[in-house]
Amino acid sequence: MRPPVLEVRDLSVHFTIDTGRFFRHEYQTIKAVDQVSFDVRPAETLGIVGESGCGKSTLARAILGLVRPQAGRVSWLGENLLDLSEEAMRGKRREIQLIFQDPSGSLDPRMTVGDIVAEPLKTFYPSMTRLQIRERVQGMMKLVGLLPEQVNRYPHEFSGGQCQRIGIARALVVNPRLVVCDEPVSALDVSIQAQIVNLLKDLQKKLQLSLIFIAHDLSVVRHVSDRVLVMYLGRVMEVADRDEIYLHPRHPYTRALIESVPIPDPVKERERARRALKADMPSPMNPPSGCVFRTRCPFAVDDCAQSRPALQTLDSGRQVACIRHAEIADGQALPEPEAIDPD
Amino acid sequence: MALLEVRDLTVAFDTPDGVVHAVNGISFDLDPGETLGLVGESGSGKTQTALALLGLLAENGRASGSVRFRGQELLGLTTSELSRIRGSKISMIFQDPVSSLNPYMTIGDQLVEVLTHHRNLRRREARSRAEEMLNQVRLSDPRDRMRQYPHELSGGMCQRVMIAMGLLCQPDLLIADEPTTALDVTVQSQINSLMGELSEQSSTAILLITHDLGVVAGLCDRVLVMYAGQEMELAEVHDLFSDPRHPYTEGLLNSVPRLDQARSGILNAIPGNPPNLLQLPEGCPFSSRCRYRFDRCRERPDFERVSEGRYKRCHLEGIPEQADQGTTESA
Repeated sequence: MRPPVLEVRDLSVHFTIDTGRFFRHEYQTIKAVDQVSFDVRPAETLGIVGESGCGKSTLARAILGLVRPQAGRVSWLGENLLDLSEEAMRGKRREIQLIFQDPSGSLDPRMTVGDIVAEPLKTFYPSMTRLQIRERVQGMMKLVGLLPEQVNRYPHEFSGGQCQRIGIARALVVNPRLVVCDEPVSALDVSIQAQIVNLLKDLQKKLQLSLIFIAHDLSVVRHVSDRVLVMYLGRVMEVADRDEIYLHPRHPYTRALIESVPIPDPVKERERARRALKADMPSPMNPPSGCVFRTRCPFAVDDCAQSRPALQTLDSGRQVACIRHAEIADGQALPEPEAIDPD
Repeated sequence: MALLEVRDLTVAFDTPDGVVHAVNGISFDLDPGETLGLVGESGSGKTQTALALLGLLAENGRASGSVRFRGQELLGLTTSELSRIRGSKISMIFQDPVSSLNPYMTIGDQLVEVLTHHRNLRRREARSRAEEMLNQVRLSDPRDRMRQYPHELSGGMCQRVMIAMGLLCQPDLLIADEPTTALDVTVQSQINSLMGELSEQSSTAILLITHDLGVVAGLCDRVLVMYAGQEMELAEVHDLFSDPRHPYTEGLLNSVPRLDQARSGILNAIPGNPPNLLQLPEGCPFSSRCRYRFDRCRERPDFERVSEGRYKRCHLEGIPEQADQGTTESA
């Protein structure tokens, strides 16, 4: 196996907020990302899933150096990005690009599409001539399925799906090696979403890109990813190959997530045994002791409150942070009867 | 008799760019106790249909056609006549639960207001009824919740409050506009099973507006598929999913990635984009994106009966058998 392009080790991002009223300050720490470790291999797609507030977007921003982590390492091709000066980091940003969730909101409404796609080229390749830039931009537009004659149009003349194509062109125009996609299709309608998902997969293959695909939609993540990482309240719950994680989820949270997704088939959907999770996600300001998922976990026992479960690596390369994962997999552990929500 | 009869409903908005034709002559019935799904992508007119039913259109919107609720025409009623119906006989829950609640009032006061206004209950009775309702939607510690403000509750809890509020007066019809879209998937599943249960227990009919075909599969009895403000297909839920008769329905079903199926290489996206509602195409609105397009599609098809309870707006006799690779890319 080729060495990973990106190695994230024990990365933590904490935010301090003031919850006091009026002139009394009460500072509290939110551990948005808490000791997260994972690898991204060359030309693979790593899907990151989790519910809102689980820290997936903060994680993306930390990788790109847009927020300052408290601790940990982000190694890009063996070099720790967190040690780099602002100047040196700018150079690396060419290699790591970002695609945003809101397709039209992330484009400057007063710039033409041509200028939007050309801007990263001007930043990273100042010696390119105007002619070279124009050729590259038009080639890029064709690659993402836009018409090159649309270069002089403005973002408002495009639909959401087309705006996302512009966003993709802008990210890819500088030949990045890793593209972080933060909810790239969640703002789009299903028929358009499928177009963009196909485009991303196609470009990844053509350009041998590594992708980090962040989404809350498990079905889309299953479709695009080679491996999947599941986050909850800032921590990694499980990492495994796509089919492994979807067919044989080991962590109770992964299981609950998969069971929660409605299936577009009335027969299957109505027959499914659903073990709805209890309650809502606890406040990230005041996470539960031990395993952060235990307050909603149908398999929780007293030990779960004692200490934070380590992210163990199993034989298959799967990683899981649950003290009961083996019993659960064997079917030995059954959910506590009173823990089953009557829903 | 149907509970709700909608006939040739059109909704248009005057905008500086011209007239936006949001809903273009749709008709459907809703029976008592039934759950009808209104499905379509953004801009298909599903929300405007619901708002028009309740006289909640924006200022620049105009509705025409007929909406009969228990035989009474709703279009053209005055605000005071409508407000006797809204919240008591027909209630609505919206996509964003947090901003649909009044941030300055406690949950309890907001629920009590509904009952004192519509049912002339005294405050004490209203409070106990409200608490009972919160219990029914499985909100934990209802008594404490009554004293809290919306910002103290999570999104899922607020949506439970909205559902409770919608059902307080035991309405005949509940309109739910994307009730779980803003919620996380585990919470979404809680709310969906709650809605399913409540519709089974009560005789309230539900008009469920959603873009999520999985939610439709779980909750609806019948489904109306909309596109560009028109009905494309109406069918019983099992028929729609197992045997879609309209190319758009087929396209929608094929373009969703599914958790229960091993992945195929590419998704069957529907090429192109939805039409511009300022300038609707003459013929079938879907024809420019349709893989089965032929000459007749230049004329607008009627919404015709296919079989008992099934209607479609398409010139094709049936969808040709050729479940192969669809077009996947578009310019």
